[in-house]
This record gives sequence, C-alpha cells and structure tokens, in this order.
Amino acid sequence: MSLPILTIVTFLPLAGAIWLLFINGEKQEKIKRIALVIAIGDFILSLPLFFKFRLDTSEFQFVEKVSWIKEFGISYYVGIDGISLFLFLLTSFLTLICILASWNIKDRIKEYMIAMLVLETGMLGVFVSLDLFLFYVFWELMLIPMYLIIGVWGGPRRIYATIKFFIYTMAGSVLMLVAIIVIYFMNQKATGEYTFDLLKIYNLDIPMGAQFWLFLAFFFAFAIKVPMFPFHTWLPDAHVEAPTAGSVILAGVLLKMGTYGFVRFSLPMFPYASHQFVPLIAWLAIAGIIYGALVAMVQEDLKKLVAYSSVSHLGFVMLGIFVFNIQGMEGGILQMINHGLSTGALFLLVGMIYERRHTRMIADFGGLTKKMPIFAIFFMIITLSSIGLPGLNGFVGEFLVLVGVFKSNVVYAVLAATGVVLSACYMLWMFQRVMFNKLTNPENKKLKDIDKREWALLLPITILVFWIGIYPKPLISRMDASVNHLLNQVDEKYKVTLNRLKIEKKEVEYAVKEEKSAEHTIEVD
Amino acid sequence: MEIVIPPFDLKSISPIIILTISAMFILVADVFFRKKFKDSLGYLSFLIVVMTGMVAFTQMGKPVYSFSDMFVVDNFSVFFNLIFLVSTAITILLSVSYVKQEGINYGEYYTLILFATIGMMLMAGGADLLTIFLGLEIMSISLYVLAGFRRDCVRSNEASLKYFLLGAFATGFLLYGIAMLYGATGTTNIKGIAEFLANNPALSNPMIVAGTSLLIVGFGFKVACVPFHKWTPDVYEGAPTAITAFMSVGPKAAAFAAFLRVFLVALPAVEQKWSIILWVMAVLTMTVGNLVAIAQTNIKRMLAYSSIAHAGYALMAIIAGGDFGIASLLFYMLAYAFMNLGAFAVVIVLGRKGEENANIEDYNGLGYKHPLLAVTMCIFMFSLAGIPPMAGFIGKFYIFSAAIKNGFIILAIIGVVNSVISVYYYLRVTVVMYMKEPGREFAPLSLSPFLILALIVTVWGTIHLGIFPAKIIALAQKSTLLY
Repeated sequence: MSLPILTIVTFLPLAGAIWLLFINGEKQEKIKRIALVIAIGDFILSLPLFFKFRLDTSEFQFVEKVSWIKEFGISYYVGIDGISLFLFLLTSFLTLICILASWNIKDRIKEYMIAMLVLETGMLGVFVSLDLFLFYVFWELMLIPMYLIIGVWGGPRRIYATIKFFIYTMAGSVLMLVAIIVIYFMNQKATGEYTFDLLKIYNLDIPMGAQFWLFLAFFFAFAIKVPMFPFHTWLPDAHVEAPTAGSVILAGVLLKMGTYGFVRFSLPMFPYASHQFVPLIAWLAIAGIIYGALVAMVQEDLKKLVAYSSVSHLGFVMLGIFVFNIQGMEGGILQMINHGLSTGALFLLVGMIYERRHTRMIADFGGLTKKMPIFAIFFMIITLSSIGLPGLNGFVGEFLVLVGVFKSNVVYAVLAATGVVLSACYMLWMFQRVMFNKLTNPENKKLKDIDKREWALLLPITILVFWIGIYPKPLISRMDASVNHLLNQVDEKYKVTLNRLKIEKKEVEYAVKEEKSAEHTIEVD
Repeated sequence: MEIVIPPFDLKSISPIIILTISAMFILVADVFFRKKFKDSLGYLSFLIVVMTGMVAFTQMGKPVYSFSDMFVVDNFSVFFNLIFLVSTAITILLSVSYVKQEGINYGEYYTLILFATIGMMLMAGGADLLTIFLGLEIMSISLYVLAGFRRDCVRSNEASLKYFLLGAFATGFLLYGIAMLYGATGTTNIKGIAEFLANNPALSNPMIVAGTSLLIVGFGFKVACVPFHKWTPDVYEGAPTAITAFMSVGPKAAAFAAFLRVFLVALPAVEQKWSIILWVMAVLTMTVGNLVAIAQTNIKRMLAYSSIAHAGYALMAIIAGGDFGIASLLFYMLAYAFMNLGAFAVVIVLGRKGEENANIEDYNGLGYKHPLLAVTMCIFMFSLAGIPPMAGFIGKFYIFSAAIKNGFIILAIIGVVNSVISVYYYLRVTVVMYMKEPGREFAPLSLSPFLILALIVTVWGTIHLGIFPAKIIALAQKSTLLY
C-alpha cells in the first residue's frame, strides 16, 4: 500500500488548526510561523501529485477508499484526475500565499489562522471527493470558516455580507442535497446497492424527466457558487467586505467549486439535461460576461471592479464547459486556474495599496508608478494576464475557450469575444487612472514600494503566469486523458438517451395506433 | 367467581421499578438532609439514572410482552428509554448548581424529574392506549409542577398554569380519541386495534376517523406542533432553564415515541387520512417555527421556536414511515437531545440569578471573553442548523432521506428550504458572539464541575454522532421493528 498522500495533504491543515488551538493567543509571531510552516509543508507535499501524475490514463489516481458509514453505503473515497489535479494544487498554493499575505493582521490572529487552515481542508476535500455524501460534507464544511473570515475580519458591512454569502450558498446547496438523496435511491432501485460512490453513479441511467429536475437542483447550487448572472449579487458584497486573503481565496478557489461541480457532477450524471440546458446556460454566461464587464467599468472601488471582472471571467469558463468539445473544456479548466492566479494576485495588489492608504477608491490614486515602480511592474503584468495578452496565461485559456465555442456556435463566440475587448477597456483604464497620470494626491507621495514579504507573494504568481502563458503543455497534457474520457462518457450517454427517446416515440406511436385499432374493433363489436 | 391474575413480568419493567423506588427514596431522604447537603440528592439521582440506563440497555433483544399485552419491551422502546435517560442525566447535571443559584434547591425537584422519566418510559413501552395515557399523565403532572418551580417568580407561575390548563385540555382530547377508538373497535390494545381495522372497513367509519383526529390533537399538543404550539414559547421562557431544556427534549421524544407507535402500528389502515393531515402540520410546524424564531430576542424563546421547528422535521419521519422513517426518528431524537441540551447548558452557564442575561444581545462579544464557551455554543448552533460535520446534519439527512425514499419529495424540499431559513437565526447567535463588541462586563462564569461534565458530554455527543454515526445508525436500524 502506498502513502495516502491525498488524505495527508487534505487533513494536514486541519491537524495544524487543532495544534494552534492549544497555543496561547498572545504569541502572535509563533502562531503565524506555525501556520506558515503548515501551509508550506502542505504545498510541498502536494507537489508530488503533479510529478507523479500518470498521463496515459483517464482513471482516478492516488485513490483511497475506506468505508465510513457502512449503513448508508457512504465511504471516504478520494482521488484526483486531470480535472481536479490543478484545482487541488491551486488551493494549496493560494492558501500558502494567503497566510503570508495576512501577516499584518493583529486582531485575533490565532482564530484567523485556525479558520484559514480549516478552510483549506474543506476546499481540498471538495476537489478530491469521489463520494457524493463526502463531497457535500466538505462543500458545507468550508462555509463555516469562510463565513467567519468575512464576518470577523471584514470591513464595515461585514455582517450583512457574510450572512448573505452564507444563506445564498446554503440555499443553493440544500437543493443539491435533496437531489443527491434522490439519485442515491434511484441508484439503489436500479442496482440494488446503497451507495454514494460517484463512479458507480456515473453508470446510472437517469430517466429524462428526472434528469431535468436533478440538473436544475445541482444547477442552483453551482450557479450560485460560480456565480452566474443573475445569482451573482452576493459576490461583490462578500469581496468588498472580506479581508484581502478572504477575497483571494474566494476568487481563487471558492468560485471554482461551482464550475468544477458542473464538470465533475452535472455533465456526466445528467448528460441529456446538460445538452438541453445549453442555450439557457450559454446565454446566462454571455450575459454575465458582458454585464460583468460593463459594471466593472463604472466601479469606483478597486475591489468591486475586480469582483465584477470575476463575474465576467467565470462566464467564459462556463461557456467553455458547455460547448462539449475538448478545446472548450480544457480552455475552461485552464481558465479556472488562470483566473485563480491573476484575480488572486489582483486582490493581493489591491490589498497592498489598501494597507498603505486605507482606501480603495480609484479617484484617490494616480501616478503611483513614480513612487512604486516595482509594484507597478507586477500590477502591469497581472493586469495584462487578466486581459489575456499573448505570452501570458490568460491568453491560452481564453483562446482555447473561444476556439471551442466557435466550433459549436458562432453567435456565442462573437458575443463572448466582445468580453475580451471590454476586459481590456476596464482593466487598462483602471490601470491608467491608478498608476499613471500626475501624482496629485499629497498622501500618495509618502508611499513606499513593496517589501520582501510582498515580493515573496507576487513573484511565484508572476512566474506561474509566464509559465502557463509560454509553455502550457505540462498542464494541458495532464488534462487530455481525463477531459477526453469525460466528453466521451457524456456523449455516449447522451446518444443512448436520444436513441431511447426515438424508440419510445415509435412505441408511443405504435401504441396509439394499437389503441385506435382496438377502439375500432370495439366499435365494430 | 374466579379471579384470574394475569401473569406479570417484573423483569420487563425493571428500569421503571428502579426509578420509582429511588424517586420515592429521594423524596423521603430529602426530609432528613440538611440544606447544605441537598446537592447530594442530585448526585444520587444522577447515579441512579446512569444505573437505570445500564439496566435498560441490557433489555435490547427480543420483544417481551407483559401485563396482558399492556406493556412491551422491544428495541424501539429500549432505544427511546436510552434517549430519555440521557436527557434526564444531562438535565440533572445542569440542575445541581442551577437550583442552588435560583434558590429552589428542594429534594422533590429530582423526584419529579425521575417521575417524569418514568412516565416517558411508560409511553415508549405502551402497547395499549391506556398505558400510553397513563405514562403521559405521570409525565405531564410532574412537568406542570416543575414548570412552576420558581415559586416566587410570576413568569414561572404563569408558565405552570398555562401548561397545566392547556395540557389538561389536550389530554382530554387524547382520552376522548381513545374512547372513540375503543367504541369503534372494542379494544384499546394497539395490536388489537390494528387487527380489527385490518379486517373491517376503517375509512368509512366516522368514529375511527374522528378518534384518529382527536389523537392527532392530543399528541400534536405534546410534541408542540403547529397549530397546537401556542403554549410552548411562554412555558419554555417561564420555566426554570434546566426544566426548559428537559421539556424540549425528553417529553418531546416520549410523545413522538407514542405518536409513532400508535399511528404506524394501530392506525395504518387510515393512513391516507392522517398522512395528509400530518403532512400539512409538518409543513406548518417547520415554517411557523422557523419564521417566528427569526423575530425572537430572548434566547429561550428562540430555542422554543427552534424546538417547534425541529418537531416539524421529526413529524416528517412519521409521515415517511417504514423502517427508514422509524430509524431516522430514533437517530434524530438522540442527536437532537445532545445538541439542544448543550445549547441550554450554555444558556445556564451564562445565566444569572433571576434568569438575567437571557437576551441574545447579552452574548455580544462572548467570543472575546470566553472563547471556549463560545466555540461550544457555535458547535450547537451549527448542529441545530444542520451543517456538517455535526450530529444535526446527519439527523436531518437521515430524515430527508426517509421522506424522499417514500416519495415525499416536496415535503423534503420544504424541509431543506426551512433549514436554510433556520440558519439565519442560529447564525445570529454566532454573529453576536464573534462579530459584535462586548456590550457589558462578563461576570465570572458559574461553572460547576457538573456543568462542565454536561458540556463535555453534549459536545462529544454532537460531534461524535456527526463524524462517526455508523454505530448508532446500525443500532437505530435494529430498533425499527414495532410489536
């Protein structure tokens, strides 16, 4: 038996959080160091997953399975494939960055770090769960620390924002719970086995009518999380009120859970309904792309601008996923990673000037390049990556998505492409107003450039931005097998359903004829 | 005339006998104890309850009928007995320092709690409507007195009187219902009624339908279902907090035990009638309980409405029926006992003489001052809200599964939507604890070792049942056969 590496990586932060519980809250430095060491250790432990990942198989790797609640057929079942691998790594990477980014928090640092680490366990758990029940447990578990992070360490309207966040997400997810239970009993009826095992449930052939409702239940849970237009209203509130690290995690990882959910659960379990819902989802995604971009353009608060840009970017991801071809899907997954990196970095950058100036209003800034040249360079790179400049990560993802969308529907592609143009508008305009122009505000004259810690935050992200932009093959090649398998699986099941639909139609026609002839005979009698 | 003495089996009611003798012993001992040593009565009752629990546990196994089929010991009743004894034991732990603080340290307090427990056990094991009625009365009368135990407090008196008047009224309904069923079927035995109804037309008999409806009223009052819930907030608020904790768990579970047994065993023939009524009641109970709880400022009232809402979830289990439904009710009641008693334990720890500090605002900034206690409260609140990995989540999951399995999908959806509504007011407690500045100085906590033990047990129960529920689920599944 090999080392249960997924379990170790997933639960190490939780163990760290328990360790922190027993440390005196006064020893701030010690607490921060312990949290950092745990996060670094966790990230390092997660790296072998990347290197040892086998490219030649679409099966789940590093699988572990232990019975948990035998009476219900629930097991602790984890594993990763090319779809979840990068989200998993992104999570451990961004948590590390976030803990380092929270170095200046003074208020109840112990509780803060505990919340961060528990949150990491919850997020990692979501991406590795292959048991529907386990997935739901992690999915909800993660809400509690995030709720506390926004609510305790957030801005002035934090209580409103955090309750809104919690109730929105919970409202979506409880319907998913009902759907999960329904699937569970359907599977039991079909196979006679009580199980929440996702891979077994993949084989379940769900009737079309049921698929419609079940898809809808999952759709609400995931669409609120993504967030898709028009379920996005919690996002700007939560982002604006959350502390910097909270925003980074929220944008970097939490939003991806929605899109990941669609890929992992909705598509393979409900292929027929997924196809049926394409127009609705595509139009909502396009509405999100354009609406998010337009609203971002008029924001005066930097954080709100970035928040609305997320709505726009996630629209791309959704569109990529729902065109059912390899370019779109891989582009979508890659774009999840890219968005995590560049939007995460944008929030970090905004956080840095907020720490210095205690304001996020664009109008308060201007001409910062003169005082903070290195900061400006990083900001520029990240801005361009977010726009999708060739050579940087955003380009690869957006390009693949657009190629995928073009292949399936030109109208969608043309409309989505306007999003790219708009994103250039609002990002560059924002950059110009903040970084260029004249340095008029006297308070900005005292600004200091970034220090070593902030270097350490931005440099790794920037390296990744270039790496993915210039040489994305290591990522794409790891996705290929899984994405291909997923698409085939969806396609096959979709065709089976379609065929059956035809047969049923014929049968109905036949039955109607029979009936008519039967009536006829009765009349004759 | 020959008098036939029916064979009776004392072994089958041994837990009840132990409790009865000890309760009377405590009543007598009370006279000889000086005020200073009254605590030891509490310790003694605690030990007795633990002991009775052990005896009760050994009764698991084959069902035994006794007293001419008036009483039955089956796994179902044993499981419920364990729930009662757990809640009684924790209540006693909560009470020892509480009664001293409130100046109501009288020996009969513990006697009454034990008598109430006896009543509950009779209800769970009642195989005859009259046994159930007997148990219900023993339980209720003890509770009427306990609710008014703070004699010099007007609210407590009000609670007692209100509970008594309405309770007596509801018992009247119940008895009337029993009489009607007897009139229609010629027996009060649960199995006898079932047999009669299986062989005779039931739905067309107005006596049976009316009797069933009256039983719903009677039981509905005891489990505090909408529209028979009006007494709950006032009684819960006025009664001594430890008794409120007790009433919200033990007697409620007992009423559910009897409710379930009577409706699933005796009256399945009229299921299509009562099922609809209970469906509507469950929806109303959940929704009204949760919506009104949002508006509460007093934590005891909030928990009262929350317990109404939880009764709604539990009703779902009865409606669902079948093995799954019964097992889910068993599990849910145990989980609920831990988390609700735990929440009340925190309220008691923070309370001051005369029931001060019972407003939610009084918890402002608790997270700063008493971090451990605040975390404990958070665990209970999240569990009551049904968020994993707490016991409340598994309980709700189980009940919703049972409902869905038996085709009540709409009901399950209403249930989950309700649990989202409930999140709002449970979260508010955590919000004030962590996100508001403390508005007052916190006096040192009135923590006695017994209270600490109660908190540890309830936290352990809440988390253990949430993360490792397999054993209890297996036990619940073994306890679903009703005889």
